[in-house]
Amino acid sequence: MGNEDLKILITELLPAATYDESGEWLNIVVEPASWPAFAAQLRNHESLQFDYLFCLTCIDWKTNLSMVYHLSSTRYRHNIVVKSTLSADQPQINTVYDIWKTAELLEREVYEMFGVNFLNHPDLRLLILPDGWEGKNPMRKNYEDPINMIKL
Amino acid sequence: MFEEIGTTSNGDLQINVGPQHPATHGVLHLVLTLNGETIKKVEPHLGYIHRSIEKMCESLTYRQFIYVTSRMDYLSAHMNNHACALCVEKGMQIEVPERAQVIRVIMDELTRIASHELWWGAMAMDIGAFTPFFHSFREREKINEIMEETCGARLTMNYYVPGGLMADLHPDFQKKVKEFIIQFKQRIDEYDQLVTGNIIFQNRMKGVGILSKEDAVSYGCTGPTARGSGLSSDIRKLYPYAVYGKVEFEEILETGCDSFARYMVRIREMKQSIRIIEQLIDQIPEGDFQAKTKAVLKLPKGEFYTRVETARGELGVYIVSEGATTPYRIKFRSPGFSNLSALDSMARGSKLGDLVAMMGTLDLVIPDIDR
Amino acid sequence: MDVKQTNLQKSFPGQVHETPGGGIVLSKLDDVINWARSNSLWPLTFATSCCGIEMMSVAAAKYDFSRFGFEVARASPRQADVIIIAGTIVNKMGPVLKRLYDQMGDPKYVIAMGACAISGGPFFYNTYSVVKGADHVIPVDVYVAGCPPRPEALLHALISLQEKIKMGLTREQIKSGI
Repeated sequence: MGNEDLKILITELLPAATYDESGEWLNIVVEPASWPAFAAQLRNHESLQFDYLFCLTCIDWKTNLSMVYHLSSTRYRHNIVVKSTLSADQPQINTVYDIWKTAELLEREVYEMFGVNFLNHPDLRLLILPDGWEGKNPMRKNYEDPINMIKL
Repeated sequence: MFEEIGTTSNGDLQINVGPQHPATHGVLHLVLTLNGETIKKVEPHLGYIHRSIEKMCESLTYRQFIYVTSRMDYLSAHMNNHACALCVEKGMQIEVPERAQVIRVIMDELTRIASHELWWGAMAMDIGAFTPFFHSFREREKINEIMEETCGARLTMNYYVPGGLMADLHPDFQKKVKEFIIQFKQRIDEYDQLVTGNIIFQNRMKGVGILSKEDAVSYGCTGPTARGSGLSSDIRKLYPYAVYGKVEFEEILETGCDSFARYMVRIREMKQSIRIIEQLIDQIPEGDFQAKTKAVLKLPKGEFYTRVETARGELGVYIVSEGATTPYRIKFRSPGFSNLSALDSMARGSKLGDLVAMMGTLDLVIPDIDR
Repeated sequence: MDVKQTNLQKSFPGQVHETPGGGIVLSKLDDVINWARSNSLWPLTFATSCCGIEMMSVAAAKYDFSRFGFEVARASPRQADVIIIAGTIVNKMGPVLKRLYDQMGDPKYVIAMGACAISGGPFFYNTYSVVKGADHVIPVDVYVAGCPPRPEALLHALISLQEKIKMGLTREQIKSGI
């Protein structure tokens, strides 16, 4: 389905979503509270069937954080991008581990790098960083390390 | 640093595999929960080669960061560089000349053959057959010699720049590649007889490590791991880039869902790569090898995502740019990360000796997972 | 320092005196022990990243290192003599490397292969997790430059290590006073 048809169908499912059509794929911005129900609909709806989550990441915009999910469908081969804005001091959002199982390890990585708390995650702890790095969140823009990081 | 590894409350044993272990192909630490010899749970501990490449790339310019990425999945170094160069070209809307695109595809396919050869040799060595290791390195040395004459290095050849290639081909390139093709076609049938037809090998691989198609989709598996379960996911066919839309080759799918199916996918992929190289090697068009670009590259404000089929699966490069000379955020979607998350579901219920066969067919390169 | 410039015994160390009924060899016991140790060093398989592939190429048929005595690469540190650190060492891997080095039996030698093991390599600036040189963790005898070094460079390093042992100048030998 093309971007226009997807936009029409998604507006029916979630009227409160906003769109950004500057890139090659349709970008949908949703509220964190409505994300779990919307994700289940994206996965199970007859003409959407977005069953393949291929990229889950987070961007630090200094005043807030933005979660980005890239989804694709193995049946219809269309792609969309879903974004959600979180606050910078207490970021939290629901996990999508029960819908796409690949999210388990990807969300653990975002938790340790950015400090986002995923509600209802089965096992949220450090994955890549060594012990003792909880709370340091190295990928944030305000990460201070005067020994290693050189500001030019 | 090391947790209490011992017995759990119901008498199961917990042991470590790695980080230093000859069969893990790198530094992967697995904590296994065993009941006798049957595996009940596999838990990967990553991060023993985490070099913080994503944070480092935020302070490198667009011409500099491409060369660090060839150290991520070092066995398909050219394909990593290809993904980054394509992303920068997409953002700046640079048109790559035809000659550069054809040469890029030939180099990518030679790298794919070299990577699958090393996988084959190392996996046979893990299962217990020591001879294929030497045969596979003989082929790799031929490819490395061809690459070294043109690109200057054997393993981390930094040959692609945004806009084309760094230098033109060596005059002997076409002759040597044609000789290699003739030799390789004979030898791959020899290797099939040596290993694939061996009854011990088949018994160790058939029925081991079942990954169903629904699980492959849910865990986000790509590359030969997913194609062995019948999931069609070849980026060269679905979203063609460079000249892949103009060459004829097949996408190999197997429906066995076990380790033997994944093994056969890679062996057949090598034959398809030879087919692609044969079609292109005589028809390299004349022209420029590099498009004219500005000296300092600045991507416009926005987000760009490109995907490329490496030897392990789909590598995605996601650049968020704010208009400066360095990227604001880069994310590398690595194929090994998602393939590794499927190991737990594949390994439950099987024996300890089968774990090595499963990890071999997943073809993990750990720096790709940890970045 | 070029180890070749000082006195070096390339063949079996000792003077042979021909006497009727056989011959007598006179030598120092230290020289004979050093000669024997240097000609059969077994490496530990320790490859973290890209340099590991060049180490595997040195083990394969074209640049064979078993003709110099490095016959089998043992996986267990208890059975190995030399550890070739091929690849980057990060903060999480440092204690593991130290533990492996401690488990190796004396006499043991260390080769740092590649730019990452010498000084952090391409990951020197702006990384929060890389140890800038393996010699912050364990003492190193021979450094091999390159990213990755050619197989011939690694062979040169292995031969230099053998010469260093015959001269008695590795860190192990200096520390224990041989």
